[in-house]
Amino acid sequence: MESGTLADWLEHSFGWMAWTWVTGTFFLTILGLLVVMTVWELAMPTVQRKGFLPISTTRGDRFFIGLLSSAFIHLAWLGLVGAGLTWALAICAAWMVVLLRYG
Amino acid sequence: MDKIPNNRAWFLILPVFLLVAFSALIPLMAVVNYSVQDSFGGGVWIFVGDEWFRDVLTDGRLHDALLRQLGFSGLVLLIQIPLGVLIALAMPSRGWAVPVCLILLALPLLVPFNVVGTIWQLFARVDIGLMGNTLREMGVEFNYTDDPLHAWITVVLMDVWHWTPLVVLLCYSGLRAIPPAFYQAARIDGASRSAIFWYIELPKLRGVLTIAVLLRFMDSFMIFTEPFVVTGGGPGNATNFLSIVLTNWAIERRDLGPAAAFSIIYFLLVLLICWVFYTAITRIGQADKR
Repeated sequence: MESGTLADWLEHSFGWMAWTWVTGTFFLTILGLLVVMTVWELAMPTVQRKGFLPISTTRGDRFFIGLLSSAFIHLAWLGLVGAGLTWALAICAAWMVVLLRYG
Repeated sequence: MDKIPNNRAWFLILPVFLLVAFSALIPLMAVVNYSVQDSFGGGVWIFVGDEWFRDVLTDGRLHDALLRQLGFSGLVLLIQIPLGVLIALAMPSRGWAVPVCLILLALPLLVPFNVVGTIWQLFARVDIGLMGNTLREMGVEFNYTDDPLHAWITVVLMDVWHWTPLVVLLCYSGLRAIPPAFYQAARIDGASRSAIFWYIELPKLRGVLTIAVLLRFMDSFMIFTEPFVVTGGGPGNATNFLSIVLTNWAIERRDLGPAAAFSIIYFLLVLLICWVFYTAITRIGQADKR
């Protein structure tokens, strides 16, 4: 292989995916959250319980509901309010905490 | 007996996980990447942030396509699930008629999607089609290329013809799996035919009906080939379903960014609705056991 091989190889293999820093950070954050949830589960196994949600859920269920509803909160923000997703992100972070604790 | 918790069996699903990663996760990530950029071809990408998402969310044509799609999927489920259960109930349970019925029912499932579209496109034609021409001879002004209602009837009929057998086969296998003891107990109690259906057969069919509803919803929500072949989305936009609009954007206009943003919203909708169906139907099952 020639010099600068790793960068060349990455560009050759994944260039078509058109990575950006924003999306890269996004996926790494999701991955990090999944790792944290796994470690949390190993340290303290979840108990299925009933909170303010109409169904009884485990921690993983609430995490999934949180991620999915966060996506829709972002979409609703873009559709109804417009630009400025930082606020939507803040709302989602708060929503996730509330959901995991009281959901 | 104490169960030994051991999660090493998860390693056995590693090959499937890698396969799914290759076939689903990596393309999905690429779509996410495309959705925030503008493509100029030749690997040149410009970051545009949330612009495509805002465009897509405020696009009236997409709102119409989404409503159309929901209407189509709702109609398909409303027709195919009850019809499938009814046909399964009416099918013989033993003898030579069983394989005959099963094979006849399975035939539409074996036809490739584009052939299904071609069959119905010919079948519904007014000049040479068996259905279209018969209707015209009977004095019905049927024309699926001009009348939106007729186009819808054709597309829905086609989907019913194509996919109801799947619901029937699932329900039939579910019905055959009910132990005879349930029916004997019902006969001793003097239960009516409808009571047997509502209290024995329908609850026992929950598992297969879950699968039937999920499969039929997802397939009808993502339907592309058959209406594309039969009506091409017309007349006007009457049968322009989501995936037809999406393909038009991505392939014909090569607007990769907006098409990717559209795909993600489409994906999230499918994910949400499937999750709701799945949760609802599995929870009903748990409520019964308590």
